[in-house]
Amino acid sequence: MSDYKVSTKNDPHTLDKHDPANVTNPEHAEHHIVGPATYLGIFAILMLGTILTVVASRLPLGIFTAPVALAIAVTKAVFVVLFFMHVKYSTRLVKLTVAAGFFTFSILVIMSMSDYISRAWGQW
Amino acid sequence: MADHALTHDEVVAPHGVHEHPFYQKHHFETTEQQREAAGFGMWLFLLTEIMFFGGLFMAYLLYRNWYYDAFVSGSNTLSLSLGLINTIVLIGSSLTMAMAVWAAEVRKQGALVMYLVATIVLGCVFLGIKTVEYKEKFELHHVPGASFDISEFVHPTDKAEKPLPVDMANKTQIYFSLYFAMTGVHAFHMIIGLGMLIYFVVKARQGLYTTGYVQPIENFGLYWHFVDIVWIFLFPLLYLINRH
Repeated sequence: MSDYKVSTKNDPHTLDKHDPANVTNPEHAEHHIVGPATYLGIFAILMLGTILTVVASRLPLGIFTAPVALAIAVTKAVFVVLFFMHVKYSTRLVKLTVAAGFFTFSILVIMSMSDYISRAWGQW
Repeated sequence: MADHALTHDEVVAPHGVHEHPFYQKHHFETTEQQREAAGFGMWLFLLTEIMFFGGLFMAYLLYRNWYYDAFVSGSNTLSLSLGLINTIVLIGSSLTMAMAVWAAEVRKQGALVMYLVATIVLGCVFLGIKTVEYKEKFELHHVPGASFDISEFVHPTDKAEKPLPVDMANKTQIYFSLYFAMTGVHAFHMIIGLGMLIYFVVKARQGLYTTGYVQPIENFGLYWHFVDIVWIFLFPLLYLINRH
C-alpha cells in the first residue's frame, strides 16, 4: 500500500521485545541498578562520618572547628547525593542541574556575606 | 497510495500494536525519556528547596559569627545524645528508602512495602525524639519571646559553661529562633514526606510500583535524601558548635 520505506528500527510491528536495543521495553531503560551492597557500604561510611563529627567537636581545633565540621558534613552529603540519589549513575544533564543548585546557593551566601562584611556596622 | 476508500482495519492499528506501558504518557517517545524528564523536574524542585533552606543557613552563618558565645551557650543546652540518635535514625531511613527504590527496580513487591514501612517507622522515631527535645525547650523557657529566661546563661549551673553578660545572653534568643525555625521547617518537610510514604505503601501493596513504574518511588527517594542531607548539616551546626 505504501510506496515509501519507513525505518523499522522502532516499528512496533517488527520490534523484538527482548532485543536490548529496543528502548521501548522499559526493562532495558534502567542502565544501572544500585544494589544493597553499595547502599550498605555507603551507610557505613555515613556512620563513620557521624562519629567523626562528634569526636571532632570535642577536640580543641580553635579556628578550624567550623571548617572541619562543614568539611565532614559536605563529604557525607556528597556520598548521599552520588550514591543514594544515584547522581553518579545519572546523565550529564542531572549532574549539571545538581551543580547548578549548589552554585546558586554559593551566590546566595557569597553575595549576602559580602554585603554584610563591606558595611561593617560596627559588628566586624 | 490507496485506490479505494480506506477500510477501518487499514486506518486503525490492530489491538496491541503501538502499545506502550500503561504509565507512559503519550507525549513521551519512550518510558526512559519520561523517567528522565520526571527526574529532572524533581531535581529542579530540590534546587528551590536548597535555596529555601539556604536562606536559613545564611542567617545562621551571619549570627553565629556576630554572637558566637551566645550560640555556644545555646547549643550546649541541646542533648547531644538525642541529636546523635536522630542523625543515625534519619540516615538509616535514607538507607531503607534507597533499598525501597532498589526493590521497586528489581520488582520485589514484598520487600518494597517492607522498606517503605521501615522508612515511615524511622521517620516517626525521629519526629518523636524531636518532640521530646522541643518539650524540654518549652519547659526550660528557651523558646524566644516573652517567656524566654536568660538566667541559665548569665549564671550557668554547669560550672564548665561560660557565664554571659546580659546583652550576649539575650542574643541566645537568636540562636533558639534559628533552632526552632530550621528544625521546625525540616520536621514539616518530614511530616509531608511521611504522608506521601503512606500513600506509596497503599499503592505499592496494590502492585503499582513493581510493574516497571519506578519513577514515583525514585523521585520521592530524592526528596527524602534531600531532607536527610539538610539534617546532616543541621546536626553539627546546631548541636556541635563547641562541645569541649
